[in-house]
Amino acid sequence: MIHYILVQNRQGKTRLSKWYDPYDDIEKRKLQTEVHRLINSRESKFTNFVEFRNHKVVYRRYAGLFFMMVVDHKDNELSCLEAIHLFVEVLDAYFGNVCELDLVFNFFKVFSILDEVFVAGEIMETSKPVILNRIDQMDNLP
Amino acid sequence: MASKLRDLIKVVRSCKTAAEERAVVAKECASIRTYFKDDDTDNRHRNVAKLLYIHMLGYSTHFGQMECLKLIVSQHYTDKRIGYLGLMLLLDEKQEVLMLATHSIKNDLNHPNQFVAGLALCSLGNISSQGMARDCAPEVEKLLASSNSYIRKKAALCAIRISRKAPDLMENFVTRTKTLLTERNHGVLLTGVSLMIELCEMSHETIVYYRKQQVVPVLVRLLKNLVLSGYAPEHDVSGITDPFLQVKILRLLRLLGKGDPESSDQMNDILAQVATNTESTKNVGNSILYESVQTIMAIESEGGLKVMAINILGRFLLNRDNNIRYVALNTLSKVVSSDLQAVQRHRNTIVDCLKDPDVSIRRRALDLIYSLVNESNIRILVRELLNFLLISDAQFRPELVAKLCMVTEKYSPSKRWHVDTILRVMSIGGAFVPDDVPNNLIGLISANTELQSYAVQKLYLAITQDSQHQHLLQVGLWCVGEFGDLLVATDKPNDAKGDDENISISVSEVDVLNLIEAVLRDPLTTTSTKQYGLTALMKLTSRFSTQHVQRIKNTIDTYKSSIHVELQQRSCEYSQLFKWDQIRPGVLDRMPAYEKGENDMIGEVAAPTTTSSAPAPSSAATDLLGGMDMFDTRPGQPNNNRSAQPQIPAQPVQSGLDLLADIFGPSPTTSAPAPTLAPTSSYKPPAAQPSNNSVNLLGDLLGDTLAPTPSSSSMPLGADLPIAAAPAPSIAQNPNPSSASTPQLITINGYNKNGIIINFDATKPPGQAHLTAINAVTTNSNNFPIQNYSIQAAVPKHLKIQIAPASGNVVPGGNGGKVTQVIRIANSMQGQKAIVLRVKIDYTANGTPVTDTIDVSFPPSL
Repeated sequence: MIHYILVQNRQGKTRLSKWYDPYDDIEKRKLQTEVHRLINSRESKFTNFVEFRNHKVVYRRYAGLFFMMVVDHKDNELSCLEAIHLFVEVLDAYFGNVCELDLVFNFFKVFSILDEVFVAGEIMETSKPVILNRIDQMDNLP
Repeated sequence: MASKLRDLIKVVRSCKTAAEERAVVAKECASIRTYFKDDDTDNRHRNVAKLLYIHMLGYSTHFGQMECLKLIVSQHYTDKRIGYLGLMLLLDEKQEVLMLATHSIKNDLNHPNQFVAGLALCSLGNISSQGMARDCAPEVEKLLASSNSYIRKKAALCAIRISRKAPDLMENFVTRTKTLLTERNHGVLLTGVSLMIELCEMSHETIVYYRKQQVVPVLVRLLKNLVLSGYAPEHDVSGITDPFLQVKILRLLRLLGKGDPESSDQMNDILAQVATNTESTKNVGNSILYESVQTIMAIESEGGLKVMAINILGRFLLNRDNNIRYVALNTLSKVVSSDLQAVQRHRNTIVDCLKDPDVSIRRRALDLIYSLVNESNIRILVRELLNFLLISDAQFRPELVAKLCMVTEKYSPSKRWHVDTILRVMSIGGAFVPDDVPNNLIGLISANTELQSYAVQKLYLAITQDSQHQHLLQVGLWCVGEFGDLLVATDKPNDAKGDDENISISVSEVDVLNLIEAVLRDPLTTTSTKQYGLTALMKLTSRFSTQHVQRIKNTIDTYKSSIHVELQQRSCEYSQLFKWDQIRPGVLDRMPAYEKGENDMIGEVAAPTTTSSAPAPSSAATDLLGGMDMFDTRPGQPNNNRSAQPQIPAQPVQSGLDLLADIFGPSPTTSAPAPTLAPTSSYKPPAAQPSNNSVNLLGDLLGDTLAPTPSSSSMPLGADLPIAAAPAPSIAQNPNPSSASTPQLITINGYNKNGIIINFDATKPPGQAHLTAINAVTTNSNNFPIQNYSIQAAVPKHLKIQIAPASGNVVPGGNGGKVTQVIRIANSMQGQKAIVLRVKIDYTANGTPVTDTIDVSFPPSL
C-alpha cells in the first residue's frame, strides 16, 4: 500500500502531497522535511529506494522535481518506479511538456489526475489513453 | 466578485519575503471568511479553491471545512469537484466533521452521473473512517456489480479501504471478487486482483476459499494471455503488456501458492514461462522478473524452477544498475535460509557490495553476510566485516558488533584467532559489545594455558594504546592482574604456530604498575573497571617482586575513603589482606579455569537454560557480589557455547596451602574437573538445589561456607580463616529433616589418624533414592582438644553436594564430645555411579596446624 505521495522541488517545497493515512498537520510537515532531507542528500547514482522509518521511499527525479512514493516493505519497488513514471507521463500528456509551474497553477487538476490513477493507496488504472479520456470528459462537464 | 485563483497564486509568488507572503495570505483569508459568512454560493468554489492553495502553502485553514461540506451538496459538478477535493485535503478520518459528510457521500454514491459517483467513491476510498466505511458498505457492494466499468474499478478499491477499516465486513466482498476476474477491462481486473490480494493478506480463510474456488487456473490463464499477447497499445509499457497487472497477478499467485503444493503445481509452467520470456533490459521487465522470483521462492515450486530463480538473482547482482542490485540483495536475504549453497556462490559479489557508496546497498549486503557465515569462510568474512566496522556509521555499529562477537564465538577456527578477533572488535566497537563477550573471553583465556602469555601481551598493548573502552579495559586488567608474571617474564614462550603475529614485548613491572594506576586515575574509567583495576593490583602483589608491594599498598589505600562503596570495600579488604602474609599468596594465586560447563549444570538442575534465558539475575548478582574475582570462578552468564573446552586447570602452579586447589581440584573419578561446590553454594535460588528441602536462601549462601563460598561476600577477610570457619549457625539454620527421621543405612570410617576419627553415616530420605544425607561425626581420642577444626568436601560431576555448618570447630579431647556435620548429596546417576567424596580436614593440634585429605567412597549399592 502506498502511504503517501509527495512531489517536492530541490529546495524542499512540496508541490503536491497526497496522504492515504491519517497524519496530523504537524506530523505531515515533519515527514515532508525529513523525507526531503533524506532524498536530497543522495547522489544520483544511488538506488531509488531508501528505508525511512518503517516504510520505504521510492523516488525518482524528473528535472527539478522529486516524485516520491512511500510504500510498505513488501511492495515491489521496481513496480512502484513504473507507477511513478506512468503518472508523470500522464501529466506530461495532459499539460503538454509539463513543468513545475503547471503543477503550481493547476494544482486542483493535478489532484484530479492523481485520483484517476491511484485510489486508497493502490494503483487503479494503468492505461494512459483511458485516464486522459476520463479527465477530458470531466473537464468538459458543466 | 471574488478574485480568481490564478491571480492569488501570481500575487503570492511575487512576494519577496516571507512576511510579505504572510500579509497577502492573511488578507486573502479575511476576504474569504467574509464571503463564507455571507453565504455566497456563486463564488464558493473559487474561494475554496483559493483556500486549498493557501492550505498547500502550509497555513491553517480549518474554517474552510464546513464550506467543503456545503459544496458537496451543491448540484453543480464543478462545486462538487472542488468540494470533494477540499474534503480530501482538509479532512481526514480522525476529524469528526467528516461524519457530517457521510450522508452526502451516500447520496452521491447512488447518483446517476458516473462522475459524481466516481468522486464519492474516490473520497470514500481515500479518507473514510471506520464509521463511514460501515455506513456506506452496502452501497459500495452494490456498485461493485454496476454496469459501468469505471464505477466498478473505483468500487473495488473502495472495498479495500472498507475492509481495512472494518475487517468484519470483509466477507461481503469475498464472494463478489470472483466475478471481477472475468472482466475484460484491465482497470477492473487490476483493482479486482488488488482487492483479492488485500483480502488474502487479511485472513487465511480467504486464501483457502479462493483455492477451493479454483481461482488459480483463472489467474494462470490471465497471466498467460498477458505474456503471450501481441502488442496492445493501450496497456503497453516498453513492449510489455500491462506490467502492473502482471505483477499483481504474480503477487496473488504467491499468496495462493504458499504452502499448498497443488496450487503451486498449477503455477509452475507459467512461472517458468514468465521467467524466461520477460526481457530484462528495462526496468519494467526487471520488475516482473523480481516479482516472479519472489513468487517462485515462496511457493512449493520444483527444484529446477528454484535454481532458475536464484540464477536470475545472480544476474541481478551483477547488473550495473544499483536498483537491481538492491533488489537482488533484498531477495537473497529472504531465500538464504532455504538454499544456502546457491547463495554462497555469490559471496564475493556480496562482499563487494559492502564497499558500495550507497548506504541502502551496504545495509542489504550486511544483512545477507550475517546469514552466510560458516566455518569455511569465517576468516575472510570477518576480516571484511571488521574493515567495514571501522568505517561504518553509527546506525550499523551495535548490530554489527553483536553479530561479529556471536559469529566469532560460534565458528572460530582457532583460539588464538578468536582472541585476536574479539580484541579487535572490542577496541573498535567498544561501547556496543554485549556484556557476556568479555566474560567469555576471560573464560577462554583462563581455560587455555598456552594462550595466556600471548593474550596478556596483546591485551597489554591494547590497553596502552586505547584506554577508552571499558570492556577492553576490564578484560585487559583482569588478564594483566592474573598473568602479570607472564607479562614481565624475560623469556617469553615463542609460539611457532602463531599466525602472522609473534609478538614479544618487553615490559617491566614498573610499566605495568604505571599503566594500571593511570587507568585508575583516569576520570573516564567507570567504577566497575576500577574494581577490576584494584583487584588486578592486588593480584600483582604476589606475582611481582616485593619491592612494589608498598607502592601497590599505597595505591589501594587511597580508595579506602572512596565514595563508591564497591571501591571502598575492596580497598579496605585488600588492605587487611596485607596483614596476612602467609596466606596472601595462596589467596591471590591463579584462578582455576573458568568452566562454562558449570553453568550449564546449574541450568540442568534448575531448568534447561539457553543463551537467551541467561538470566539477568545472574549478572545482577555478579554485580552485587562485586569483585569476588578471587573466589568466583563464574564471572559471566551461562553460555551455550562450548567452543572453549575446559581443560584441567593449571594445578601445578598452586602452592600447597592453597585452599582453593583441593576444592577445585580434579576429582578422583572424572577427568573434567568439576568444582561442583561452586554451583550449589551460589546465589542461585533454591530451585538449583538437588533436594526438595526448603532450605532458606541465606542458609544456602552461608551454610555452605565450608565449600569455599563465593557468596560470602560480606565476610571480611580479616576474619578467622574465612573460608574454613563456619559462621554463626544461628543465621543459617539448615533444617535437617532427613537425619532425624530416616533409618541409618551405612557407616563408613573415613579417617583415623592422630587420634582423630571421622565416621560418615549415610542415610536416605524416604522415597528419594538419589538423595543421601551423610553425617560426618568426628571424635578426638587425644588428651588435648583440637581447635579450628573444619572439613571441606568435593565431589565428582555426577553428584551435587550441599554442606551444612558444623556443630562446632573444637573437638574436645578424650572422646569427650564430637563435632557433627551434615553433607547432603544428590546423585544424578543413581545406581550407575557410586558416591565418592574427597574430604580435606584442617585442625590445630596443640598449636600446630594440620591438614589432611582423604577419599571416601560409598558402596555402589547405596
